[in-house]
Amino acid sequence: MLEAYPHNRLARILLWGFSGLVMAFLMLPTLVVVPLSFSASDLLEFPPRAYSLHWYENFFGSATWMAALRTSLILGTLTATVAVPLALLACISMNRLGGKAAATIQGVLLTPSVVPGILLAIGLFFVLAAQGLIGTLFGVLVGHVVLAIPVVCIVLLPALARFDWNQVQAARSLGADWARAIGGIVVPQLQISLLSATLMAFLTSLDESVISIFVASGRNSTLPKLMFLSLRDQIDPTIAAISTLWTAIVVAVVLIVTLRQKS
Amino acid sequence: MTVAVDPALAADARRERRFFLSLSLPALFIVGLAAILPILWIIRQSFLTTGGEYTVGNYEKVLSSGLTWSALATTVELSLGTLAVCILLGTPLALALASARPRVANVLMAFVMLPLWTSILVRTYGWLVLLRRDGLINAALTGSGLTAEPLPLVYNFTGTLIGMVHYMLPLFLLPVYAAMRDIDANLIRAAASMGATLGQVVRTVILPLSAGGIFSGSTIVFIYTIGFFITPAVLGGGKVNPLSIRIERTLSTFQDWGSASVLGILLLVLMALIGVMFLAARRLMTRNKVGVAHA
Repeated sequence: MLEAYPHNRLARILLWGFSGLVMAFLMLPTLVVVPLSFSASDLLEFPPRAYSLHWYENFFGSATWMAALRTSLILGTLTATVAVPLALLACISMNRLGGKAAATIQGVLLTPSVVPGILLAIGLFFVLAAQGLIGTLFGVLVGHVVLAIPVVCIVLLPALARFDWNQVQAARSLGADWARAIGGIVVPQLQISLLSATLMAFLTSLDESVISIFVASGRNSTLPKLMFLSLRDQIDPTIAAISTLWTAIVVAVVLIVTLRQKS
Repeated sequence: MTVAVDPALAADARRERRFFLSLSLPALFIVGLAAILPILWIIRQSFLTTGGEYTVGNYEKVLSSGLTWSALATTVELSLGTLAVCILLGTPLALALASARPRVANVLMAFVMLPLWTSILVRTYGWLVLLRRDGLINAALTGSGLTAEPLPLVYNFTGTLIGMVHYMLPLFLLPVYAAMRDIDANLIRAAASMGATLGQVVRTVILPLSAGGIFSGSTIVFIYTIGFFITPAVLGGGKVNPLSIRIERTLSTFQDWGSASVLGILLLVLMALIGVMFLAARRLMTRNKVGVAHA
């Protein structure tokens, strides 16, 4: 973009120097926890004087952490299982209706991503409390599903826009019912987008903390809720181990999704 | 000219439309149940006493408390502070990335987006490790003799702001970078050939043409930061109390559902006000043709 200015070396050096610092700022907190997670010490020394897998053992050996991990994984799976089909149907609906109707539906479905999480959390807390559902998996699940629906729609809407709907009409005119037309034609062709959408929905749930903090409790506490509570109380290096595992998994998932989309 | 439509076909089209509408119903239902009903419930709860009778007492109590107004001020300060730092750090970075070769830019963008893919709790933990009294940054500062004493970098406003900027910067960067990428390179070549200096090009060509992106980025920063909870709760150390923290404390510590709901409604009103301001600003910008020159 700035090729017209090849002689402004100083400006270029300043711009890139500054940008390098900003990029370091962005990466630093994610990277700094990695060596700490392998530290043998209880103290947060940097660089660690001795290395061990102590904090990983601590994590995998703790019944509380394992229960939270299990809850989070179940919740993520359920969220994706519920949110993706619901959002797919809604996206087909928006794609076919178009105009004002589609815009209205989209507006309603996007509400949860615009409203501050804390408001959704306390509102959901009140509603669930009135039904005696506080602390149940169901309560957190509905919260995570509504947060995942906008994310899934963002992935599926453009994919559907590229899909040739005439194929469905052809199938319909040949006698296929809607379930068969959608299940047999739309779903296979959107396979890659649906896979990304499923992973995104899973990650949305896995990463969600505010609703979990207010609505989940006891046996149904999620991993983020437990991490939040232990961050508030003390700095336990077990969190460094969890953080490292977490980042590694998420980076792997994102890499797989982007590579698959490219191919 | 009117076209005669076969009534049977028209009925068919209506039936199909109804069918497509019905496909959204499950998603709309669950969003209504788990997002819209809760918001309405907060409004209802704000008018209820602990005994369940109607009252405006919660409003009187919350609005007459100094804590409420200082929480409101802290919320706005955190949002504006985050926005200011995002603009200062993000705009030059977007310019650098937009001027890089596409292949380099893509790789660097992936790194910039890395924090977006890590849990907010992971990042908050990272900042705790870095910013504590005996943390990495203070060790580097005192070790190199830059400061005699460790600086109070966390469990205060500074730490909260650092955490929030870190969260928002990639989200702010995306629209700004996209806007800068879209700028027609010929405009810059033309300006250069007519003798404009680099500074003049940045000021009179690049910045005005990316104003739309900076504006979108700012909207995103506001929408997110106004209700931020995790970062002030952990990095604020109890000393930074925006509305979100007051809501949580009123609910969990004082079990005062009514007052917590009033605070929630204050947050909604604040969001609505900011929304109206941004819409008005956008209308003004499009009227003055700022940032739409590439359209």
